[in-house]
Amino acid sequence: MADERDKRDLDKGDKHDIAPSSSVAVSHHRHVLPLYGIMAEFDGPNELIHAARQTYEAGYRRINGYSPYPIEELSEAIGFTHTRLPLIVFIGGVVGGLGGFFMQYWIEVINYPINVGGKPFNSWPAFIPITFECTVLVAAFAAVLGMLLLNKLPQPYHPVFNAPNFALATRDRFFLVVEANDPKYNHDKVVELLKSLDAHEVIDVEV
Amino acid sequence: MADEPQEPYMEGPMHSTHPVIDPGLTFASVTDKISSIVLKRRTSLAWFFGFAISFALFQLMLLAITNLVFVGIGLWGVNVPVAWGIDILNFVWWIGIGHAGTLISAILLLLRQKWRTSINRFAEAMTLFAVAQAGMYPIFHLGRPWLAYWLFPYPNTMGIWPQFRSPLMWDVFAVSTYATVSAMFWFVGLIPDFATLRDRAKSKVFQMIYGLLAMGWRGSARHWHRYETAYLLLAGLATPLVLSVHTIVSFDFAVGIIPGWHATIFPPYFVAGAIYAGFAMVLLLTIPLRKFYGLEGFITMRHMHNMAKVMLATGLIVGYGYMMEAFFGWYSGNKYERYMIWNRMHGPYALYYWALILCNIITPQFLWSKKIRSNLLALWIISFVVSIGMWLERFVIVVTSLHRDFLPSSWGMYQPTQWDWSMFIGTIGFFFTLLFLFIRFLPMISIFEMRTILPEAEVDE
Repeated sequence: MADERDKRDLDKGDKHDIAPSSSVAVSHHRHVLPLYGIMAEFDGPNELIHAARQTYEAGYRRINGYSPYPIEELSEAIGFTHTRLPLIVFIGGVVGGLGGFFMQYWIEVINYPINVGGKPFNSWPAFIPITFECTVLVAAFAAVLGMLLLNKLPQPYHPVFNAPNFALATRDRFFLVVEANDPKYNHDKVVELLKSLDAHEVIDVEV
Repeated sequence: MADEPQEPYMEGPMHSTHPVIDPGLTFASVTDKISSIVLKRRTSLAWFFGFAISFALFQLMLLAITNLVFVGIGLWGVNVPVAWGIDILNFVWWIGIGHAGTLISAILLLLRQKWRTSINRFAEAMTLFAVAQAGMYPIFHLGRPWLAYWLFPYPNTMGIWPQFRSPLMWDVFAVSTYATVSAMFWFVGLIPDFATLRDRAKSKVFQMIYGLLAMGWRGSARHWHRYETAYLLLAGLATPLVLSVHTIVSFDFAVGIIPGWHATIFPPYFVAGAIYAGFAMVLLLTIPLRKFYGLEGFITMRHMHNMAKVMLATGLIVGYGYMMEAFFGWYSGNKYERYMIWNRMHGPYALYYWALILCNIITPQFLWSKKIRSNLLALWIISFVVSIGMWLERFVIVVTSLHRDFLPSSWGMYQPTQWDWSMFIGTIGFFFTLLFLFIRFLPMISIFEMRTILPEAEVDE
């Protein structure tokens, strides 16, 4: 028993010791905490998109890019092209429209019918403006809340914020992260790959 | 790639004009320059001066409202037959001003007009603050503003419901939806910039505040993808919304049978008027702002020219509207309609009518000249005159139609009282108070969108 545990510890230690010895740019920490992933820093959008494509082609799937502004090519490069958001917004619009109309119908026809100048109780053309406004209102809420929920925001803590240069991701730096839970993940291979892709710096990001 | 400009209509020699953004800027300089206005620059004396004046006027509004609530709307000059005085007029005026912001942020986004990027944040703020002023008027015009929530359909112990066949109810839904959606659109646009401010702020307090507002935004590609989808969808929703709002505002008039109101031209003519007034206000505000904060590199002469052109175009549509109003009055063969037009031109309020024609039809014709469009002072003065003109337009529509309708026995005159004016001047103060706070604490130009139009952002494929 005791031997086995020792051995396991030894193995772990070995792994850490071996990993960075060959590299210069890799800043290596002795991880007490498990790794979130490996982050590479780039100077421009083209370098990042190129690197993201190469990393995706190398078979990594749990990768993510970080940029100071939206780059369409980047989300394509990391294989993220589909979002359910339009469907959510559509459903919101349908719910808002039907809800708006039938609210008025129920009030004016069923619950509180009032004869106004001999107009029919179900004066549907007069209900259209409010139906339209309700459609837009609920669809807009669906768009905003749907976007935030799918993005899992608000999220005060995230491992990438630990990276020392990451504050520049909202200014002029571009980052690519290969997450440690990628099925193909292998620390050394990922570092090697990222370093071959014009990365400014490659670092480990702790959870 | 470099030899072939992507947008020949922008770069071609035929129409070569000022750039949308100063060519020397980079990701870093754009970020630093805009965020420094909020984070680093010392608050100037001029800011305090402007803020103090606005805030003092804002107090006047509070005074006017307090007095109004205590005494009742008899304080205002409204009475039968003119029950809609300058309070309803101001409602229409303010909400019209707001429309330019949504036009710039949503419609020009869908039309892929890159120049909108430098002015959309500011214009949206203007929208929001103008709608806030607009919303107050109908509420206080109710007479019992503390019961304003009766306008919303909620199950109540009285067992009654609002009347949905009335345009006034449509207005409640239109304006509240507009205010809500504009606020959401604005906030969503601000999230990435909050993150920038969070990462740039030196003080712990501001890091916390901007950090809370940024909600943990980190510029992830997956987030950006959904964000862009949401933003585009919101723009698509806001576009028909903004058109519907002023259409419904015009229904407040057009559904009524009062001479001069009951016209099919009202919706398009009101929407054009709203955009006209709104662009005038955007110009009125941006011309001094860009000078004061040295933003000439972001808001270039190109923007000034474009906004002036939009003003000219919408001004012409409004002119067509006035012409058609007169034509409808004559062609209707209806003596009340004919009298209404005659009364507008020759009656007791004729001065307002001719002043309106001078401000709204004659003045913008100067904008045909490129020389005048390039002269910021002239442009500012024209915008100012147009803003007054649009106020006069609503005065003419509201007051001249109401003061002499069908029965001469019920004719009357209307004069706004000092409390009408206090409220109006007060809302201008409140509007500027909010604007001053906005330019001090939030980035007045969308930083992340500015990055997308930089040459650095070009992806070579």
